[in-house]
Amino acid sequence: MQGIKLRKYHAPKYDEPLIMEMSVKGRRGIMIPRVDKEIDSTVGALENLIPQKAQRKTAPALPEIDQYHTLMHFLRLSQMTLGMETGIDIGEGTCTMKYSPKVNEALVRSPHMSEIHPLQPEETLQGILEIAFELRNYLKAISGMDEFSFQTGGGAHATYINACITRKYFQERGELGTRNEVITTQFTHPCNAATPSTAGFKVIILPHNDGYPDLDALKATVSERTAAIHMTNPEDTGLYNPRVDEFTKAVHDAGGLCFYDQANANGIMGVARAREAGFDACHFNLHKTFSSPHGCEGPASGAYGCTERLAPYLPVPVVTKVSDAYHLDNNRPKSIGKVRSFLGNLQAVLRAYAWIRSMGPRGIKTAAEISVLNNQYLEHLLSQIDGIDYPYAEGKPRFEQIRYSMQKLKDKTGFGSHEIQNRMVDFGIQSYWLSHHPFVVPEPFTPEPCETYSKEDIEYWATAIEQACQEAQETPEVIESAPHAQAIHQIKDFNQAEDADRWAITWRAYKKKFKK
Amino acid sequence: MKKKIGLIVNPVAGMGGRVGLKGSDGKEIHKMALALGAVPVAPKRTCESLDLLSGHQEKIELLTYPGEMGQDEAVLCGFSPIVIGSIRKGKTTPADTIQAARDLEKAGVDLLVFTGGDGTARNIHDAVSDRLTVIGIPGGVKIHSGVFAANPVKAARLILDFVSSPAKIAMQTAEVMDIDEEMVRQDKVSAKLYGYMQIPYERGLTQSSKAGSNPGDKLFQDEIASDVIHNMQPDVMYLVSAGTTTKTVMDMLELKGTLLGIDAVKNEQLISADLNEAAILELLDREPHAPVRIITTIIGRQGYIFGRGNQQLSPAVIRRVGKNNIILIATINKILSLNGEPFLVDTGDPELDRELQGYIRVTTGFGKQLVYKVSA
Repeated sequence: MQGIKLRKYHAPKYDEPLIMEMSVKGRRGIMIPRVDKEIDSTVGALENLIPQKAQRKTAPALPEIDQYHTLMHFLRLSQMTLGMETGIDIGEGTCTMKYSPKVNEALVRSPHMSEIHPLQPEETLQGILEIAFELRNYLKAISGMDEFSFQTGGGAHATYINACITRKYFQERGELGTRNEVITTQFTHPCNAATPSTAGFKVIILPHNDGYPDLDALKATVSERTAAIHMTNPEDTGLYNPRVDEFTKAVHDAGGLCFYDQANANGIMGVARAREAGFDACHFNLHKTFSSPHGCEGPASGAYGCTERLAPYLPVPVVTKVSDAYHLDNNRPKSIGKVRSFLGNLQAVLRAYAWIRSMGPRGIKTAAEISVLNNQYLEHLLSQIDGIDYPYAEGKPRFEQIRYSMQKLKDKTGFGSHEIQNRMVDFGIQSYWLSHHPFVVPEPFTPEPCETYSKEDIEYWATAIEQACQEAQETPEVIESAPHAQAIHQIKDFNQAEDADRWAITWRAYKKKFKK
Repeated sequence: MKKKIGLIVNPVAGMGGRVGLKGSDGKEIHKMALALGAVPVAPKRTCESLDLLSGHQEKIELLTYPGEMGQDEAVLCGFSPIVIGSIRKGKTTPADTIQAARDLEKAGVDLLVFTGGDGTARNIHDAVSDRLTVIGIPGGVKIHSGVFAANPVKAARLILDFVSSPAKIAMQTAEVMDIDEEMVRQDKVSAKLYGYMQIPYERGLTQSSKAGSNPGDKLFQDEIASDVIHNMQPDVMYLVSAGTTTKTVMDMLELKGTLLGIDAVKNEQLISADLNEAAILELLDREPHAPVRIITTIIGRQGYIFGRGNQQLSPAVIRRVGKNNIILIATINKILSLNGEPFLVDTGDPELDRELQGYIRVTTGFGKQLVYKVSA
């Protein structure tokens, strides 16, 4: 990659204490005014408003700190972090880190949205219910499904809902005793194995055959015990399974249901639909494909859609329209019940609605095409780098992402995807994500340059990879001690994250485990 | 702090291979190999590893045996090793390998590296059993044991991670297997499972499913054993085959099973331990129509289900039990280490091998199975 100059960069570093350690007794952010005398005499003492049992005997152990220092603390932490809007975020494959237009933030923060309350009577919520109902209609058109629910708080939650609906469906038919197996594939997101397991099913994972899920293995696996298949397409590898209709047919022939995890929909939205591929249900991550800030930046939503057959089982409430009024339908006797409080994350629903309205059908299809084109351009650049390849399905087209391997680099230099990952952040861009577990592709990394990124962004990112791979061969000491320009250096002990005795997610746990 | 690494080179390992002798065990074969113009393989293989480590001597304290058993290679690659023990130069035998392993264990090495083949691995196992963490540099003709790295370069990377980034390393048990060379020369494969040793492997391949201080295979084995026991049915006879994963089932049932033998379990009680083929058939003949299952795992680095290390499960036994009554269990690490190569069967009955081909379900966790291809 000629002519691309990697920019000089250094992250700020503050050696910031924990906010609990900044606490000074008696310090306050704001002084709350005294209650007006009239209110006080009407409402009475505060203690009388809170049930005796819920009243604290001692004050909570919150940090005592003024407003200015609180602000400074969190701004410093944010500066020590790379975010998708400070660096080219191509590396987070399967996360679809597309740009979320700021105008949609203005909508979400407007009082029309921010001041509504879920306990308002539904006749005063008609605006947001109309938006939810219309989004349902758009997603029906995009997927071919008959009904949608926006109750779930994310993608894995939606796959869990499918497992629950599958369970209820076969329970009602008196088949749950026999149909206790859910099938998934090796390159499908692992929540599709985990959630049926949580719902009480046995999980059978199909192997891949040169990158594609093995159809013969499926045919050898389906039986009267099959309750459902949960699968992705394209899978995490970026490979689209062209025989997907044969998969759904094999499962249907055995009497099972077919669920399509559409977390990876960015390369096919407006192009291919779940319905035509034979699925009974699917989900979209509104926060990914339909543009909502995500990855700790905003609430998620796993829009769950299904055909008429499964619609009675959807979680409540379902937004309906009778005459010209919108309703929250809670009276659905076959429903699996409530899966989240109130109406789900309506901010994500509003953003997805606004995004789809601004793009239109042609715009959505174009975005899909550009995301595939961008990925193929990145593949063109990365395939020229010594040490990188994808050791399966050679010559077969990839869609919106690719799971590459650095095994060849590792064999040659001893540095693999972990070490190169540490170096990437020195160039002022987010590093990459490796792979879901288990690592079927050795030394993996999975970039996804969705439609957001320009030709120059893709070239910059590929140049950073190229530079790091070159250093691995020529100046190994640079890679070994990377990152050099970051606020935080290497993780020294991977085991800590898996060792319950050393976890400290709360201040209380930290004090208990480390300040004995 | 420096880590103590022990090194043992079997100087004659691998000599029989290039000249077509299918092994180098035994004095006569060694002489024959020399007569056929065989050149030592092990020293070169050892140096391929040591060369990659020589730049990291500040982290390594190398201990080894004299002359061609490690000292020569170490010095050649720029190390100044601590040399212990004594040998008769040019006339080393398996007894020297065994003595070297014992001496290095006494010297307190953190990791024992050895170059050789299955015969060498057996000698090391005889000496230190599973007490030491070991890793083999493949230098022999026969490599059926799971204790070897894929090649000298990968061995070096593991050793380097072991000394400088222990957090990247987890522990795994791996088989020590050997094939009777005399039988192989008559074109008969007769593999025996001799035991298990602890090897380091690079984590990152899999994440442990639960928290714990040992993120190695043990957690997965426990989960698998729980699944097997959860699904056990009353009055069904279970033939529990060899292996550490199957042994976990016995341990969890608090039964005194054998690591290398076939044990019979019924109603969670041990009926009989360490059965040979005849004893299994006799046991099954007592109740010809009673239901029976085989619980087995994949054995050896090539991924055998039958025919290596568990020959007691003969064609007659397998036929009697039935293809659909085989409960196959294995950790995901072990399966991934096959790099997508299929499981193998070599029962000695080609007809049965053909019947066993196709797809099999292998239990990898609680309520979790992987479908996998089987070849003959």
